[in-house]
Amino acid sequence: MPIFEPWSAEQTAQIIAKHRGLEGPLLPILHDIQRAFGCVPEKAVPIIAQALNLSRAEVHGVVTFYHDFTSEPRGRHVLKLCRAEACQAAGGDALAARAEAALGVSIGDTSPDRRVTLEPVYCLGLCATAPSAMLDGRAVGRLDDERLDALVAEAQR
Amino acid sequence: MSLRIFIPRDAGAVAVGADEVATTLLTAAEKRNIEIQIVRTGSRGLYWLEPLVELARPEGRTAFGPVTAADVESVLDAMLADAGHKLRLGPVEDIPWLKRQTRLTFARCGVIDPQSFEDYCAHGGGKGLQRALSMGPQATVESVVQSGLRGRGGAGFPTGIKWRTVAQTQAPQKHIVCNADEGDSGTFADRMIMEGDPFVLIEGMTIAGFAVGAGKGYIYIRSEYPHAITAMEAAISAARRCGMLGKKAGGSEFAFDIEVRAGAGAYVCGEETSLLESIEGRRGIVRAKPPLPAHHGLFGRPTVINNVLSFAAAPLILERGADFYRDFGIGKSRGTMPIQLAGNIKYGGLFETAFGISLGELVDDIGGGTFTGRPVRAVQVGGPLGAYFPRALFDTPFDYEAFAARDGLIGHGGVVVFDDSVNMAKQARFAMEFCAIESCGKCTPCRIGSTRGVEVIDRIIADSARAANLAVLEDLCNTMKFGSLCALGGFTPYPVMSALTHFPEDFGAAPRSANRLVAAE
Repeated sequence: MPIFEPWSAEQTAQIIAKHRGLEGPLLPILHDIQRAFGCVPEKAVPIIAQALNLSRAEVHGVVTFYHDFTSEPRGRHVLKLCRAEACQAAGGDALAARAEAALGVSIGDTSPDRRVTLEPVYCLGLCATAPSAMLDGRAVGRLDDERLDALVAEAQR
Repeated sequence: MSLRIFIPRDAGAVAVGADEVATTLLTAAEKRNIEIQIVRTGSRGLYWLEPLVELARPEGRTAFGPVTAADVESVLDAMLADAGHKLRLGPVEDIPWLKRQTRLTFARCGVIDPQSFEDYCAHGGGKGLQRALSMGPQATVESVVQSGLRGRGGAGFPTGIKWRTVAQTQAPQKHIVCNADEGDSGTFADRMIMEGDPFVLIEGMTIAGFAVGAGKGYIYIRSEYPHAITAMEAAISAARRCGMLGKKAGGSEFAFDIEVRAGAGAYVCGEETSLLESIEGRRGIVRAKPPLPAHHGLFGRPTVINNVLSFAAAPLILERGADFYRDFGIGKSRGTMPIQLAGNIKYGGLFETAFGISLGELVDDIGGGTFTGRPVRAVQVGGPLGAYFPRALFDTPFDYEAFAARDGLIGHGGVVVFDDSVNMAKQARFAMEFCAIESCGKCTPCRIGSTRGVEVIDRIIADSARAANLAVLEDLCNTMKFGSLCALGGFTPYPVMSALTHFPEDFGAAPRSANRLVAAE
């Protein structure tokens, strides 16, 4: 389970400094900020923009373009269910409905207690052991009702 | 007694318990005081048998699978006593599914330790680069041209021509970019190579760098592939230590290095110009072409951008010669294609074979039909932008032109099988919905067309002015196909129109033949 650090301008500056020497440093910087704080806070945008000599709009545009970057932290656990064709063919729709019912959240939402975020993902590359899911970065294949229920229980802990 | 055992670390094997099997096996062996060495390999690609555990024996490796943690004690008994076991599959190389394949690109995948450069070299790795270095850049490019290799990412553009264009472009700096943004559902060959034989990709990119005069390479890997990112980074470090990368790459006077960049969850970044924008740190917005990336690519410099499998084919082409590779395949589709069998399929996995095999043989014979046991109704070939084929088209040979002639595409070689419970109107709707979610927004046919497409299909499903809306859908698909900037908007009509053409009954229309009669009246 990821534990996020509280927002810190100083740490943001350190992350920027670490990647500044790269050509095209913005995505590596945003990934590290997301990893550290669980999101890319609004407050980080002007700091990044100034350091990279970009406009705030440009940085904001990049942050909002990519599904991985969020402005608010996700839940303590993130359960990603593959919703792409190979998993659909293997019964993924029914499993997604089951997960929504068990967790009481719709796909794309976080539970009110911030315990779990249920996200769609479009392919994990585990298409020959479909349907598949990922819980906090751990890949799970050959999902059935039983395996899904175990994942849901783990996510609710 | 000492045992040497191979267990995959491939994400597909780990997802079904390979890590638990490895830990349990280690504990069990310790308890019995048996010396054991576990090598974590890539996957052989026989996913219905994963976790596949292999035991080294003097005559070769013997396989057991699918092994769960609960099976470990009894499998260990069988290994020690050389006795029979319900999961014992015999010599791994003799498993018919593997034996039928022509493994050129995947020859080492599942065999070697992907973290060991020594193991890579011991299994023939590194020879392609040495040969390229001795032949010189121009002969290297011509060798790839002569091999007939076409881009394995989906577009099928001749790889050698791309290389030649970049080689002939004068610039102080050039780049090699590997597209490892394998976002198509039903595909996982790039992931398998990166996790199972990462050095072959490094070698292929280094050959490309030498051939065109580029000093720096980037591998753009999607963030949904954390295992592949880790494996690739470890392999690059090892390749630097061992001198395949660096100031004297492969012991030559040519300097080359590679950096991994992680994607951030945007499907459209698999489109080459959008990918370049993303590395540069911008929104993954598609660029208009021309200029081609070969002239004006990453950071405005001439760039070779190829798929993982295209680069991974290069070392063998150099080592064995263009003719060797070109002799496989049919028509203008030369060499082998790593085909990925996925979805509702009994024997799913990676099947590398020469072009020309029929779709029916792949699905029914090799794939064994569906795992639900119900009849196969539709097969989507080439990812979310590929057409749905009915059984009536199962005689189509796996070949770029043959699929194009039937309004389909082979794309990156993914084959997703659906049984008779599938609703094709729903699948067509999903294709539009997916395009709407993932559209970069630059061109109107894709950005707006996809959303209108969902609405029109909804009206057709709801039987609201069906005939008029079917005409609108067809018209909309034409606009998207010919008016979009890239394949996302341009190819979304393939799944939509193929579903409509081959399965009209799912859209509430009369079956195809009756429909035609009505139209004729």
